[in-house]
Amino acid sequence: MSIVAVEIAHLRKAYGPLVAVDDVSFSVAEGEIFGILGPNGAGKTTTVECAVGLRTPDSGTIRLLGLDPRADRERVHEIVGVQLQASALPDRLRVGEILDMYRSFYRDPADLGDLMRVLGLAGKRGAYYKSLSGGQRQRLSVALALIGRPKIAVLDEMTTGLDPGARRDAWDLIEAIRASGVTIVLVTHFMEEAERLCDRVALVDNGRVVALDTPAGLAERARGGKTVLFRPSAPFDDRLLTGLPEVTGLERAGQRVVVTGTGELVNAVILTLAAAGVTALDVRLDSSSLEDAFVRLTGKHLTEEKEGAST
Amino acid sequence: MNTAARRVAFGKIVGNEARLTWRRPVGLVGGVGIPVLLVVIFGELPAFAKHPGSFGGLSVFAAYVPVLAAFGIGLLALLGLPMPLASYREIGVLRRLSTTPVPRSWLLAAQGVIQAGIAVAEVVIVIVVSVAAFGQAAPKSPAGLALAVAVTIAGLLSIGLLIAAVARSANAASVTGQLVFFPLIFFAGLWFPRPLMPAVLLDISDYTPLGAAVQAMQDAMRTGFPPAAPLLVLAGYAVVFGFLAWRFFRWE
Repeated sequence: MSIVAVEIAHLRKAYGPLVAVDDVSFSVAEGEIFGILGPNGAGKTTTVECAVGLRTPDSGTIRLLGLDPRADRERVHEIVGVQLQASALPDRLRVGEILDMYRSFYRDPADLGDLMRVLGLAGKRGAYYKSLSGGQRQRLSVALALIGRPKIAVLDEMTTGLDPGARRDAWDLIEAIRASGVTIVLVTHFMEEAERLCDRVALVDNGRVVALDTPAGLAERARGGKTVLFRPSAPFDDRLLTGLPEVTGLERAGQRVVVTGTGELVNAVILTLAAAGVTALDVRLDSSSLEDAFVRLTGKHLTEEKEGAST
Repeated sequence: MNTAARRVAFGKIVGNEARLTWRRPVGLVGGVGIPVLLVVIFGELPAFAKHPGSFGGLSVFAAYVPVLAAFGIGLLALLGLPMPLASYREIGVLRRLSTTPVPRSWLLAAQGVIQAGIAVAEVVIVIVVSVAAFGQAAPKSPAGLALAVAVTIAGLLSIGLLIAAVARSANAASVTGQLVFFPLIFFAGLWFPRPLMPAVLLDISDYTPLGAAVQAMQDAMRTGFPPAAPLLVLAGYAVVFGFLAWRFFRWE
């Protein structure tokens, strides 16, 4: 069994009458990239702020590698790196000065040269913060989250406001961080980001986890399955496929056949047809997206934004 | 972190805060440059060398030396301290620091250390210039003066910290700091030196932080160890405002 990096149970946090987080529970395995996805105001940021000890929850329990973020504050901050949403640094400090200072906060910090190279900040050591581009600031922010060589990295909306190129770079970076053994909790409202990066995703809406699964699993659940389209090389009886356990429905549209189902649908359809001497031509698999899943599960659109737009 | 590592970390924070103070030297210019410049100007004015009877044996210039020393301390504590701290809250520096093993209060402490250091330097320069260049007598009670300066800095920094505690932005901190600074420096005697103040104003001045500071510094320079009253007034400001700042500091 894998080690649990983050364990959150029945978290609740209200600001006065406004309930930001109603009831959130999930656990993240060590080495996982775990996504927290939801529209603005869903309670994502409050959830991670409670998780890293920035806020005291009204109720519920939080454990980060077995530690309580309030009671074991200093220890937790040693092993958890946090990149906060909308958090800047003084304009007139140089990158090297900032990194050097944050480095001194940790027992066993990362090598500055390595870190700057990995984050594409090499050669920026002497640059003032105010002279950095948005993408460079974001990478510096991530560098500060990673400088203590954390076991868990919490990244809140790290690609919001980045242009598409910088966003793809950021994705590569997150994958590289995970490859180095860090568990990642990624807060995002970008579908594409969650689909591309996350092992599992918690869909959060109105302060609750409305679904928790792999991105593909969520998408499948939303559509009630996958859809395979093909053109048969020869006529066949519908019952040949509708009898399969994977298949939930079959429709014909002219020459084309549309089969809906779950699990290993494509293999089941093709193998069964082949056994009956029919070849499936022009096969197309239609998976619904995470976006579809979100709309279906919450009844609302995640975001009006298109990639590249900023909030 | 062990003690040595903590010391290193705090030193790094102080180092960066010092760089920022140097790179944006509004506090240095206002808190050190202006009072030192005024000492030189006042020292060159023939009228300020006179000893009006009402000044209790002091020249006008001598009456102004502690006022100008207090001017620098006031400006550094009421504007130099809260403006960067309020901006750190505004842009999220305090929040980010909360996610590290280092207590975020260290940033406040670092700013306090720096502003206090500059304030001490300012007082020393003002007094050395007035003695060396303009023939003032050396302070009668250096220990008393040091104590007076220490409680003045503590009292004023506490007030500055309360401004930083509640100001919503660097701008708000700047406006609030000025609104507090100008009445206080009035009661310190910038426009009417204390010997010219009517009894009512003087009574009020005794209980304002910069008025008490001028009283304590003047006594330490001219007569000997300052009386307890102004020192206790300043210590009171330090305790009360320090507590309020600690109690009401908004970290986000």
